[in-house]
Amino acid sequence: MGEFLRIFMAEWMAPDSDAGEAAPSTLGLVLRKMWHLRMGMLGAFLILCLILVALFCPYLAPQDPFKQDITKRLMKPSFLAGGKAENPLGTDHLGRDLLSRIMYGARISLVVGISAVILMLAVGVSLGLIAGYFGGKADAVITFLVNSMMGFPFILLAMSLVAVLGASLENIIIALGFTGWPVFTRVTRIETMKLREREFVLAAKSLAFSTRRILARHILPNLLPAIIVLATVEVARAIIRESLLSFLGLGIQPPTPSWGVMLAEGRDYMLLQWWLAAFPGMAIFLAALGINLLGDALRDLVDPYLRKT
Amino acid sequence: MKTFIIKQLLQAVGVCLVISMISFFLLFLNTDPALLLLPPEAEVGDIAKFKKQMGLDRPVPVQYLDFLGKVVLRGDFGNSFTAKVPAATLVRERLPATLKLALAALILVNLVALPVGILSAIRRYSFLDNAATFTALLGQAMPLYWFGIMLIIIFGVWLKWFPISGSDTWAHLVLPAVTLASWILPINMRLVRSGMLDVLNQDYIRTARAKGLAERRVLIKHAFKNAAIPVVTISGMQLGVLLGGAVVTETVFAWPGLGRLAVDSIRMGDYPVVQAIVVVFALFAVLGNLLADIVGALIDPRIRLE
Repeated sequence: MGEFLRIFMAEWMAPDSDAGEAAPSTLGLVLRKMWHLRMGMLGAFLILCLILVALFCPYLAPQDPFKQDITKRLMKPSFLAGGKAENPLGTDHLGRDLLSRIMYGARISLVVGISAVILMLAVGVSLGLIAGYFGGKADAVITFLVNSMMGFPFILLAMSLVAVLGASLENIIIALGFTGWPVFTRVTRIETMKLREREFVLAAKSLAFSTRRILARHILPNLLPAIIVLATVEVARAIIRESLLSFLGLGIQPPTPSWGVMLAEGRDYMLLQWWLAAFPGMAIFLAALGINLLGDALRDLVDPYLRKT
Repeated sequence: MKTFIIKQLLQAVGVCLVISMISFFLLFLNTDPALLLLPPEAEVGDIAKFKKQMGLDRPVPVQYLDFLGKVVLRGDFGNSFTAKVPAATLVRERLPATLKLALAALILVNLVALPVGILSAIRRYSFLDNAATFTALLGQAMPLYWFGIMLIIIFGVWLKWFPISGSDTWAHLVLPAVTLASWILPINMRLVRSGMLDVLNQDYIRTARAKGLAERRVLIKHAFKNAAIPVVTISGMQLGVLLGGAVVTETVFAWPGLGRLAVDSIRMGDYPVVQAIVVVFALFAVLGNLLADIVGALIDPRIRLE
């Protein structure tokens, strides 16, 4: 896997780190930089919206997301002929308001995404620090574990875990966290290995600082930029993965308004009521896009190679 | 070269062992397999008898070795709980459909990612490069099952160009293959681009240019050949990833492959089938990596000397 990982890591950590040689056009480069910055702002805006909606959905939602009304089932969105203003995006097969359910779904997505990444961080970063700093046998074992986990088809593992543990919010977070940590271990390990040889770490060692202190005070702070960038992007992935599990029926269970659940329900009506599948998916897409855009902009900010050009 | 291959093989076997272990112990994580198999009204005595009969009363490590032995020697995963036929048979029936889908997607991805990625690298920050980067950005945020459903709605329901489910003809393959391809296309495009950029910045390219070679010759003879290594490696790596994506794609398009079997089996707690599918998926992933590493090492002697 060596070659792939090398390219992959280079791409993750420092896109275009080799800038300069291929003689890019200056105008194109400038446009690209400005575009990146703009896109970062757009990303931040999307995320802000997501957070605000998640926090204040009881006040923002036009209807009760759980209230069923069979007389109002499968109503069209208000912008189509026959739609009503009180259900801006229409209603689902049980007459629940689609927009309100999407707004409440933001809560589930954010909670799952952030908690899962915290779990990944706790496991992934500690193992990466151990492997990178101590090297030797510990490194060999952890690297082997990471490689095995990467070889394991994520979806099957996560689905089986949820099936065995039971489909609850906590278990979905556990399943996502348990399958997602290896990326963090890889990044942390490689960066730690580089830092281990740096003068300030050697100086700290020669001052007989405890290993714990060196790791916590000297190495970890230097890893933070890379880890924060990765964590941002992983939140987006966790959100997509949660909706995926829920879509397959092995995640959040109905009637909880998770975007994946709504997409799965909407799928049954896609021949005539296309909006039932289209809008929840759009919500996932916008949330993930916002997080990715912000992540890209952050990477530009912390990446010394890019700053140089 | 020989030691390189042996080393890679050993590593692959190790990874397979770990995966078989995880998939075996999944079963014991929270449940008693005997309770899954027996009707809920079974008496305590019956359960004990059943456990003895099935070998479930032995220590778990012994059971694992037994499981491993049967799998390795005879490809025997036990009988499916629901279909009452060997799990391996079920998997064998469904595998071709999934491979067909994955292969079609892999070809599609390379048909797009190769030219676009290489051109993006050559004409960096050009319109094409920026457009490709933008598309990749959108693609990475796109949930693949949503993309599939939108394709069905637009091309199947509205335009009626393609059938929306099933697998009888080649036309059935189009939408699922495009959906699955869209999943890995963004990352592939970026990897091809950065791989090519990597090569273009090498000294020997500068030398070739300094010699006064025509740019076309520099790119074709010197750059492409070396840029092919990451492409081969990536394609190999992606085999496992594609199979994972097939699980979702097959569910969306009612494609009769392993992925749908996996979802159904997991839902019904049919563990022998789940274990068989996990092992098969992992085998393909490991095999893809192995092939990629070996082909990569054949093209580039530096890799095998590492």
